[in-house]
Amino acid sequence: MRIGIKQWFASGLPWIWLNGAAVSINVIMVVGVLALIAVRGLGHFWPAPILQAHVQGQQQITSLIGSIVDDELVSAEQLRGSGVVLPASQESAKRLLIKTGNRDVTRADFVWVLEQSLRQITYPQELMALERREWGNFYGRLVAIKQAGTVVADQGKQADQEMWQLMQERVQRSLNIYDDIQAIEKGAIGEINHGMERLRLKHRSLELENQLTPLLQAELEAERRQLDRRYTGLQQRLIDLYAAFERDSMIAETMSGTQIEINLSKVVRAYRPNAMTSMAKVNFYMSKIWEFVSTEPREANTEGGVFPAIFGTVLMVLLMSVMVTPIGVVAAVYLREYAKQGLVTRIIRIAVNNLAGVPSIVYGVFGLGFFIYFLGGNIDELFFAAAAPAPTFGTPGLLWASLTLALLTVPVVIVATEEGLSRIPRAVREGSLALGATKSETLWRVVLPMASPAIMTGVILAVARAAGEVAPLMLVGVVKLAPSLPLDGNYPYLHLDQKFMHLGFHIYDVGFQSPNVEAARPLVYATAFLLVLVIALLNLSAVAIRNRLREKYKALES
Amino acid sequence: MNEKTSIIAPKLDFNTPALRRYRKLRAMKDRLTTMFVGIGGMSVIVAILLIFVYLTYEVVPLFKGASISPWNEQYSTYSVGPNQPSLHLGVEEQNEVGFKLSRDASVYFFATEDGRIKATDKLAFSEPRTISAFALDSNVSRLFVVASKQGKILVAKPDYDITYPNDERLITPSLLYPYGKKAIDLPAGFDEPMVLAIRDAEEALIIVAANANRQLSLIKLSKEQNFITETLEVSEKVYELPALSSMPFKLLLSPDQRWLMAIDQDANLTILDLRNLEKPRLHAVHKLSNYALSDAQLLLGGSTLTVADVSGAISQWFMVRDQENQWTLRHIRDFAQQEGAQILAMEHRRRSFTSADINGNITLFSASAGVQVHSEKLTQEPIHFMAMSPRANAMLVEDDAGQLSFWKVENKHPDTSWKALWHKIWYEGYENPKYIWQSSAASNDFEPKYSLMPLAFGTLKSAFYAMLMATPLAICGAIYTAYFMAPAMRRKVKPLIELMEALPTVILGFLAGLWLAPFVETNLASVFTLLVVVPLGTLVFAYLWAQVPKEAWCQLPEGWDVLLIIPIVLGLAWLSMPISDGLEASFFGGNMRQWVSEDLGINYDQRNALVVGIAMGFAVIPTIFSITEDAIFSVPKHLSQGSLALGATPWQTLTRVVIPTASPGIFSAVMIGMGRAVGETMIVLMATGNTPIMDMNIFEGMRTLAANIAVEMPESEVGGSHFRILFLAALVLFAFTFIVNTLAEVVRQRLRQKYGSL
Repeated sequence: MRIGIKQWFASGLPWIWLNGAAVSINVIMVVGVLALIAVRGLGHFWPAPILQAHVQGQQQITSLIGSIVDDELVSAEQLRGSGVVLPASQESAKRLLIKTGNRDVTRADFVWVLEQSLRQITYPQELMALERREWGNFYGRLVAIKQAGTVVADQGKQADQEMWQLMQERVQRSLNIYDDIQAIEKGAIGEINHGMERLRLKHRSLELENQLTPLLQAELEAERRQLDRRYTGLQQRLIDLYAAFERDSMIAETMSGTQIEINLSKVVRAYRPNAMTSMAKVNFYMSKIWEFVSTEPREANTEGGVFPAIFGTVLMVLLMSVMVTPIGVVAAVYLREYAKQGLVTRIIRIAVNNLAGVPSIVYGVFGLGFFIYFLGGNIDELFFAAAAPAPTFGTPGLLWASLTLALLTVPVVIVATEEGLSRIPRAVREGSLALGATKSETLWRVVLPMASPAIMTGVILAVARAAGEVAPLMLVGVVKLAPSLPLDGNYPYLHLDQKFMHLGFHIYDVGFQSPNVEAARPLVYATAFLLVLVIALLNLSAVAIRNRLREKYKALES
Repeated sequence: MNEKTSIIAPKLDFNTPALRRYRKLRAMKDRLTTMFVGIGGMSVIVAILLIFVYLTYEVVPLFKGASISPWNEQYSTYSVGPNQPSLHLGVEEQNEVGFKLSRDASVYFFATEDGRIKATDKLAFSEPRTISAFALDSNVSRLFVVASKQGKILVAKPDYDITYPNDERLITPSLLYPYGKKAIDLPAGFDEPMVLAIRDAEEALIIVAANANRQLSLIKLSKEQNFITETLEVSEKVYELPALSSMPFKLLLSPDQRWLMAIDQDANLTILDLRNLEKPRLHAVHKLSNYALSDAQLLLGGSTLTVADVSGAISQWFMVRDQENQWTLRHIRDFAQQEGAQILAMEHRRRSFTSADINGNITLFSASAGVQVHSEKLTQEPIHFMAMSPRANAMLVEDDAGQLSFWKVENKHPDTSWKALWHKIWYEGYENPKYIWQSSAASNDFEPKYSLMPLAFGTLKSAFYAMLMATPLAICGAIYTAYFMAPAMRRKVKPLIELMEALPTVILGFLAGLWLAPFVETNLASVFTLLVVVPLGTLVFAYLWAQVPKEAWCQLPEGWDVLLIIPIVLGLAWLSMPISDGLEASFFGGNMRQWVSEDLGINYDQRNALVVGIAMGFAVIPTIFSITEDAIFSVPKHLSQGSLALGATPWQTLTRVVIPTASPGIFSAVMIGMGRAVGETMIVLMATGNTPIMDMNIFEGMRTLAANIAVEMPESEVGGSHFRILFLAALVLFAFTFIVNTLAEVVRQRLRQKYGSL
């Protein structure tokens, strides 16, 4: 049963195998990319053990504390080229990327060391990691705790566990105060600022209309003074809170043995990964993930959460779907049910189909030129003269971003709806008409309800496309850091003119524009994973709806 | 059974007023809906058209010519002061106030609209005040130098103070003497200066004077800031320069104060090197034209010499470094031939200029592209002098009769002709004409370089490498999935690959830039080994598999072979690592990356076309895969079954029957995939260095049209040339993808009809 090479080639089997290899490469790539994002994105939150070791350098031995982030195999020649002495027989060496933190002391977050130069690797229980509001993570040992400058707990006097407990309590206390401060600064003071701005605009618009009577002016002035008074009160309360906030500090020892004082107001979380049980690690992991999706970013977006970006993405996509659904459905109904079928509708259908293939950046350019500078500029001139020269709608913002994306995704909705309409059997329509219903009644009561799953599918696909689109948004409304959410408690509650944050842009910005890319990288993976998750779910649900729809009509057609 | 059963209809009246009203209402609703849907549908379609129309609307002004019209119809011409020809004319920023200097040292500030005199002054010379020579530093600084017959020199400038009393603009003109009101003496024995040159710089002001004996004298005013009193202290020093061989009619100093150009009426140019003022050196002598010259001036930036001769020829010259690193003056370009002697006026902020002649014709030129923008006859009399306004939107013209006229100039985008966008252009400071995209720089007198060629090239380059990766993988994959794969497996694999299409490109770009690019750099050899090892290894395995007795075949159901191939491909990929290490050590000196850049001398960027090709190929695969798969799968089954029944092998059936039938579909899949690759923004933005270079090298980056828009659009000035060129780029992308997609769509529709008829 031996086959000769010639015969084998003649049978065409090798080519079939190569085609099979192409499919498997495609599959491997999809799965690989998804796995890469998932592993890197989710792995970041797991508390990595902190190692302590000595590094055998050329001359001296230095100590090192940190956690392993990455490793790679480097050829010995390359290492020798950069001046590392290696045994002659060795061909390659493993190099470890270790996060040592303490950027305020060492000026760098990460070091590369050769695995073979590490000596006496241990994982002491008492090593702690601190997540801070500035300067990144801290790794080291807790030495003492201070309150208002005097030592209240010391390594020598208290048991280690007791001191750790004490510090956790105090960190929790400062976190609580931080929440209060945030509530005042973002909530109450934000509201006052908003009120002040409204008074200023009112004043200016009265001035422009020449209706600023002394009486009105006095009224505005009174309101302003009242806001000022409230502000002074809050200011005082803030000063007190800040004093309490900065009361405690700790003395900690870094890997090189130097002791530094860290104010607890700077600490977001303190933990000892080496001492954690598996259960504690799971808890920690969960709380980290919750932090990621529910809090605001810190340190130029390289730490903390992505809540504003999630919020911005969702809000923008919601606004977009509110706009795109009616537009797309009306256009599809017109094309399929009302327009005379012929060459013109064919051409229009092709044009609509092709619009889905037009590069998204072109929509961005159109949005910037037409919506923002043309429409927005005119709206500002007509209705927001008081705010001039600061633009209100004549600048990138939420409204224009969602409008641009609505235009971008309208072909998706049109195509899906048309498909749904074409699947509705003629008999159903004719039955309705034969019973005396008008065309509009047939449309409302029969056709549209039957097509609604198709419309749903279209909208979901549109949302999935919009959620992942970044290029046009860079021109029409996203920012790297928005000072406030576009939806809040201040009139008019939904701020359509505000700029917003977006998950996709967040990935681009943090991954490529941030000063500390290495430190931010795990967070970018996590953000990417979140985005993929959302989009994959949306797509899968669209597929599911479509399949159910097809089943339904199979029954009708038979 | 004869009983009749009669059906008695219930007494229903369909014509009660209520029912009639109801029917009317329904009919009205129906009409309303029809109208609403009609209007809505049409307006959506109009909105889609609007994109195209709006982009065109923003682009059209780029290619619109210039126009000149009288500023104020009422006062077409006027004279200022006693009817004396001007030595110099100028206009301030707002086009409200004009400035005239006449030979008797009088200075007039007048309203440009009607010639009403706003202020007069006299230069601070002692009597008799007759100016023998005049020179302007630059249009921007407005600083000028004049010499009197007695050999006295004075440096002055017109100044315009803008205030807003009662919210209205008020411009107060005045004459300033930044280097003192006291005239500077030329060295004793130096006669009446005939020609002057002046150049102001940070550290020193240099004035050069020539007299009728062709002698040159240079005065250097060194400036020093006194830190205590914060006043400017000026120290004066006079240098002797070698005498010229002919009498110059124009002396010009370069902005770096190194080159002195002396031009005589017979078009001989003498360049003196003033780097060492103690020992000035004769650098070169050139013949600029075969005719006598009528005017010579430096363009904005001071490095391009523009000369006009009496035959009407205008040419430009600038210094270029040659192979020996020597500066030589090169003839750069000629402009369209004019009639008769021309005089020139330079624009203040752009590399454009205007020429005028004795017939009263005015011609606008764009220097960088070397094109004539506009030509028009403005006056009956010969034109004696003209001045462009700082914003280049107005022009002051004086004819030989001493009559002034003020004109509105509409010439917003002179630099953006078709030639400038798509042809090689010789930019200042370059050795030869090049395609360059460089839209902005820090300095004010920067020459913008708007060649779309590098961007179009980059776009096609990235698309090419992406297609190189995507086409074989997607089409082969689709063939297998549609034709050989078991249906149950196909239902899983197809959505999986299509899910790739939904993957946001920002994620692919981020992975490409931050993960793939460093990975490729360190494992360059493995990447190339992979390309060879995987297909070869698969073939070897397949051959071995074919040798296995039939009994083993039956274990694996038909169409599930992919399950077997996946681990094999993974294994081969893993295997290519050690193989590549061996290859690298034996052929590439242990490090292919270093070998490429050092031994081959090829530039290697970490974010390069290879990375973009892989990442963007990944993004394009699902598009091509999905459409190709559909095309192949929907080939009518009786065709392939007929072929198989006639004894053809599956492979023969595939290549001879199925693929030829589906080929239009495959073609349209590739077209649509290419449309996507061309317009992709985020991947290229993140996975390349975004440098606009023209090089097919796979290890270098590129900048594409789409990425360029994303990078530069937010910073471009609204309505400016740059802004509109970016719109043009968007329009080009739009048109390209639209045409490609339409083509693909038409092909697909044809295919569908064909299948229908089969």
